[in-house]
Amino acid sequence: MKAVFTKTKGLTDTPFHYCPGCTHGVIHRLTAEVLVEMDLLERAIGVAPVGCTGFCENYFACDMVGAAHGRAIAVATGVKRARPGSFVFSLQGDGDGAAIGLAETISAAVRGEKITSIFVNNAIYGMTGGQMSPTTLVGQKTSTSPYGRDRDATGQPLDLPLLVSQVEGAAYVASVSVESPKEIIATKKALRKAFAIQEAGLGYSFVSILSTCPTTWGMTPVEALAWLKTAMKPRFRMGELKAPTAKEVEQ
Amino acid sequence: MKALMKGNEAIAEAALQAGCRLFFGYPITPSTEIPEYMARKMKTVGGSYLQAESEVAAINMAYGAAAAGERVMTATSSPGFSLMQEGISYIFAAELPVVIVDVMRHGPGLGGLGATQADYFQLTKGGGHGDYHPLVLAPSTVTEMVELTYEAFDLADYYRNPVILALEGISGQMMEPVEFPLYEAKKLPPKTWAATGIGHKPKVNIGSYTLSNEVGEAHNLHWEKKIEQIRASEQRFDEYLMEDAEYAFVAFGISGRIAESAVDLLRAEGIRLGLFRPISLWPFPVAGLDKRRNQIKGWLSVELSAGQMVEDVRLAVKGSAPVQFFGRQGGMTPEPEEVARVFKSLFADGGKRG
Ligand SMILES: Cc1ncc(C[n+]2csc(CCOP(=O)(O)OP(=O)(O)O)c2C)c(N)n1
Ligand code: SF4
Repeated sequence: MKAVFTKTKGLTDTPFHYCPGCTHGVIHRLTAEVLVEMDLLERAIGVAPVGCTGFCENYFACDMVGAAHGRAIAVATGVKRARPGSFVFSLQGDGDGAAIGLAETISAAVRGEKITSIFVNNAIYGMTGGQMSPTTLVGQKTSTSPYGRDRDATGQPLDLPLLVSQVEGAAYVASVSVESPKEIIATKKALRKAFAIQEAGLGYSFVSILSTCPTTWGMTPVEALAWLKTAMKPRFRMGELKAPTAKEVEQ
Repeated sequence: MKALMKGNEAIAEAALQAGCRLFFGYPITPSTEIPEYMARKMKTVGGSYLQAESEVAAINMAYGAAAAGERVMTATSSPGFSLMQEGISYIFAAELPVVIVDVMRHGPGLGGLGATQADYFQLTKGGGHGDYHPLVLAPSTVTEMVELTYEAFDLADYYRNPVILALEGISGQMMEPVEFPLYEAKKLPPKTWAATGIGHKPKVNIGSYTLSNEVGEAHNLHWEKKIEQIRASEQRFDEYLMEDAEYAFVAFGISGRIAESAVDLLRAEGIRLGLFRPISLWPFPVAGLDKRRNQIKGWLSVELSAGQMVEDVRLAVKGSAPVQFFGRQGGMTPEPEEVARVFKSLFADGGKRG
């Protein structure tokens, strides 16, 4: 019988614990596929955050290190400095990377740290049951913005990839999403480029991925995909925000 | 050959001799000579020095480097040490070898740079969350700083545990002639637990979460066993004129040196007094104090704090004799004469009549 689809060997056999319709799992699979396709799995060391993806250590087939909340990029920095020959990636939610760990994110970009950060933005704190995040949309109801995010009191969503792209040491910054096959293919392409930038030693690479959290958004999986597309996407600058020129890649 | 060196620089050099090739830190007086020395020298030995964006980042970078299996150090001073507590708790739980230097400055708050030992509680009681202990070593001379730095790296690797070197700002800044004996590494098992890639070994996960209380308790019991093993094997102390002593000072670090001079002053007056100097603040050297329990009629804990170690001395001597406290605070250090005077006023007979 012809195999039409197989699980990538970048993932272990441990079943995901994610809620139905959550796109964290899609992002794991893409990451793992690229690790395998680029032949990085053996040299890869991943850093897990505290957040819904905090248990991804059990899912990725490479060596994994679990960090404290907000410190995945600091930990990844330590790993990479200790083993410059390894391939190092961090995975973080928007609370981890844009709130408590914002200083770590920007500072790694400033240093041009040769690591790749995968930033999963679901506009909410999933792990802790749906509180407001720096990327929560204005008017969006969460358990700590029960009347909707109030612009006057709590500001507007932080566009972290846009901010990171302003920093010179950031070599590659992309803002992508996973609500349709077309977007999923584009996300995989962005991960591939980001990984290649690290391998080429060109600097910090940062891929922001808009993702769903149907559970805390209070939506069905289908509604969540639609909300991502119609409400979230217009609010963040999408696409490749920064990429080295062909000449820079050659050098 | 002896070199004249500041305590802080001697610690940094000793770390390099012991094979430390990664340093992450954030400047804070009076510890800054350590990152500065590392910034100068790390390149020459092929290591990596990095000025982190904060002490929070520095301790977590150290966590990462240790997880990848390399010898790593960070250094800070009290407010920065406070910021590192969450990270130290995680380092303990992930069982990673990290050496941390706390060159103490006085607080609470921003405080100042004078000599102090007021981090004692934070150092020895597990300053962060959860049941844990780093090993804490308190040198009192520059020579001892070198010896204990060598040992700190071996102990950290051997127990897979954070090890802290604690000293007062004045000791870090103090210049003394010092020698660097050849560092001979202990025979240690290879770090098969480290995250180095799955090319030549099975996958590892380094972390500390538990999804069930049953597993949580099993982890805690494992750590408790390790803590007990360290408690039983790693108590360190030094004694000065304790053999025939009837009274004793208990003092570590710089107050150990001051108390030693006070012992000489009081011995000249015919008082049979000695000094018990804890070198490991955790594990606290209870066995050494216990040995003197039937001999000593009165103890005086001399500290640069409002009275922290004195609680451990009281627990150790189990009410066998009165335990008094004398301390200076806010960066002040007592003269040996003052310590001697206080001793005589607290123990009126001065031990002469016994
Ligand atoms: C120091 C600290 N503060 C707070 C928490 C609680 N906490 C755990 S995960 C989290 C936020 C999770 O949200 P996000 O990073 O966006 O990831 P998601 O779960 O949505 O994927 C918080 C606040 C913690 N573990 N540690
Ligand atoms: S809470 Fe949200 S982010 Fe977390 S697994 Fe469920 S759907 Fe995904």
